[in-house]
Amino acid sequence: MSASSPFALLPNATSLPWADVPEWAPADFVGVTGAELDRGARLCSWFGVSEGDATRLVAVLAFDADNTLALGRSTPFTGPYPALTQSHPQAHLFEREVWEQHGLIPAGHPWLKPVRRTADDAPANGEFFRVDGPEVHEVAVGPVHAGIIEPGHFRFQCAGEEVLHLEIALGYQHRGLETALAGGPHRATMIQMETVAGDTTIAHATAYATVLEALAGTEAPLRAQWLRAVALELERLANHTGDLGALANDVAFLPTSAACGKLRGDFLNLTALICGNRFGRGLVRPGGCRQDLEPDRAARLRERLDPALTDVAQAVAWFWDAASVRARLENVGTVFPAQAAAIGLVGPAARACGLVRDVRYDHPAGWHRFGQAPVAVWPGGDVFARARVRSLEIQRSGEYLREQLGAPADGDLTGEPPLPAPDTLAVALVEGWRGEVCHVAITDAVGRFLRYKITDPSFHNWTGLALALRGAAISDFPLCNKSFNLSYCGFDL
Amino acid sequence: MIVMLDLVLRLALWLLLPPLLPGLINKVKAWVAGRRGPPVLQLYHDLARLWQKDVVLSNLASPGFVIAPAVAWVALVGAAMLLPLGPTGAAFGFRGDVLLLVYLLALARFATAWAALETGSAFGGMGAAREVSYAVLTEAALVAAVLSLSVQSGSITLATLLAPAAGAGAVLLAGGLFAVLLAENCRVPFDDPNTHLELTMIHEVMVLDHSGPPLAVILHGASLKLLLFSVLLTEAVLPLGRLPPFVAAAALAGGVLSVILGVGLVESLLARFAFRRVPLLLTTAFLLCLFSLLVAWNGGAA
Repeated sequence: MSASSPFALLPNATSLPWADVPEWAPADFVGVTGAELDRGARLCSWFGVSEGDATRLVAVLAFDADNTLALGRSTPFTGPYPALTQSHPQAHLFEREVWEQHGLIPAGHPWLKPVRRTADDAPANGEFFRVDGPEVHEVAVGPVHAGIIEPGHFRFQCAGEEVLHLEIALGYQHRGLETALAGGPHRATMIQMETVAGDTTIAHATAYATVLEALAGTEAPLRAQWLRAVALELERLANHTGDLGALANDVAFLPTSAACGKLRGDFLNLTALICGNRFGRGLVRPGGCRQDLEPDRAARLRERLDPALTDVAQAVAWFWDAASVRARLENVGTVFPAQAAAIGLVGPAARACGLVRDVRYDHPAGWHRFGQAPVAVWPGGDVFARARVRSLEIQRSGEYLREQLGAPADGDLTGEPPLPAPDTLAVALVEGWRGEVCHVAITDAVGRFLRYKITDPSFHNWTGLALALRGAAISDFPLCNKSFNLSYCGFDL
Repeated sequence: MIVMLDLVLRLALWLLLPPLLPGLINKVKAWVAGRRGPPVLQLYHDLARLWQKDVVLSNLASPGFVIAPAVAWVALVGAAMLLPLGPTGAAFGFRGDVLLLVYLLALARFATAWAALETGSAFGGMGAAREVSYAVLTEAALVAAVLSLSVQSGSITLATLLAPAAGAGAVLLAGGLFAVLLAENCRVPFDDPNTHLELTMIHEVMVLDHSGPPLAVILHGASLKLLLFSVLLTEAVLPLGRLPPFVAAAALAGGVLSVILGVGLVESLLARFAFRRVPLLLTTAFLLCLFSLLVAWNGGAA
């Protein structure tokens, strides 16, 4: 029972005074965090907060079954502390990040390398994990790729066609976003939030707006919450459709590939119908939404949504009906459920391992408290399962949208612009199409951001891709990569 | 004089016609997908463009990097010239020329793999390894097909070998040779000529480091090989030698076009196979050719 947790408990999209977060000495903090993780918690975020020359560690955990988040922090310190990664691998990138940003050394961390490109160091510098042997050869791919995608470096250790190990070195898209947010909210902050990961605009914008509202102790009007939920599902539909098309393209299955490319555009255009931008920029604002969906435009949205959903269903049916496609996807790039839980996978990648993890269901906030979509889960953990979860979510998001568009919330679209309270911490989780988007803000004595931490789902899931490749054929890498379809800029921040 | 004219015309045909085929395949694929697709003559434009470009050479590569594509191209043109063209027969037919054809194809493959290894890139090595390991099976299938034809016709000269129909085993032989054609020319389900993903390529990844005229030569050679296999398949299956000349010429053209149409349809409707399943399909192709050999044998005995 989390009721007896030593951590401070709070529901999603709420805040508590920063001073009320319990604190421990560093070694004890790592121990108690490990104990909470052993009890079934999940690490949502782990970051440092500078206090003078020293740094506090902050842990945000989620008890999914209890619909509760838990918060804890360490006392300010410098230098080494016992690494949480040793017992809980899901912390490994977080601890590398804290080491890079604040210089706290996780003693005993098995693979302490930078996470992003900083002034004189980068993840691609230095030694890569090497497998020795006369038949082992190394393949380096990227950071410049053949397709129009973001930059990232992949280093494979192969024995013939079999991949023994894959190390992923990212950080080429590092923009210094979190640094820019300190002292905020600034005038540009909302715009920056919409570009944390361009394809996840609605989710990140909603998380940010929710954090600000939670800091102010207010809530957006219900109509705004409803509109955000509608836009979030449209974003999911567009991206999942695009992903299925991309998977079809990778296995050279033309019918679905050609159809989904066009249909993704249809869903993006529906978002544009709401707010004038295909990616949903300029829709979500702290305190509400900027564009309303009047009844006649809602009707037009419904009118255009139905044929698009029918066409997607058809394109997806071709995909699943082709034996050659199923044969190509099954048993490729398997992540086992135990691995998925250990490294803390989120989103469709986790649900494809049979883990029931969906923020909309586990930690409902905003409109999802009133209208819920069923969680789509598929066992297996392979590319097939990840594609399958996407196709199920397309169905369910479609149903959800039909239902919600038929019963809109009434009332105002915008409330008071939220004014962040001083010395407060707020957390907001949003289930973006890629998985859990986690925003945490801590304010200083005048209500400006002391620290703003963004955790994109990609931050959890890149390790999943590396594990999926263990023992797989190197020729299956593009397929596995596409089945995760993770964000580089959302990771690099 | 006539002989010279015949040679020049044949050479012109083998040089000018092949780039049309990939364009036709792409049109078929575009038609199935409901797109307009690239122009049919796209490859001619590409070749012209590449021919005018400079060559980027790795300073690690030996002259073999440029020589090998030329060797491969000459070997393919030589193989094509050996092939009889329907009613006109072969340009230089001699006893055992079918063996030379098989060896010229192997030489072309060797040269391509050699060029791929020149720059020492991991991609080139990977592609070369894949190419030669699948070749073990495709060559076996091809040799079985040739054997079955030669048992059928009692000859090892291409012109007489390909003149009659493949007999009772024609369907088997057609299936086997079509699979060989798809594998040899890197089409779906063995390879994906449209992919940009280096790690999944076979043929394309071997030529990643080439540029300019050598790349043009490689691309032209690839299309030439496609035409060569289409002609071989058509002539092996249809009794062109038994037909009046004009009908035979029309049948040859029609056969090649249906093969191209078939390639386009396969590519439109089938997903690509995982690499580990490719040997299974190639073994099937080999077995099909082997069974057609058995059928030919039995037919001869009875």
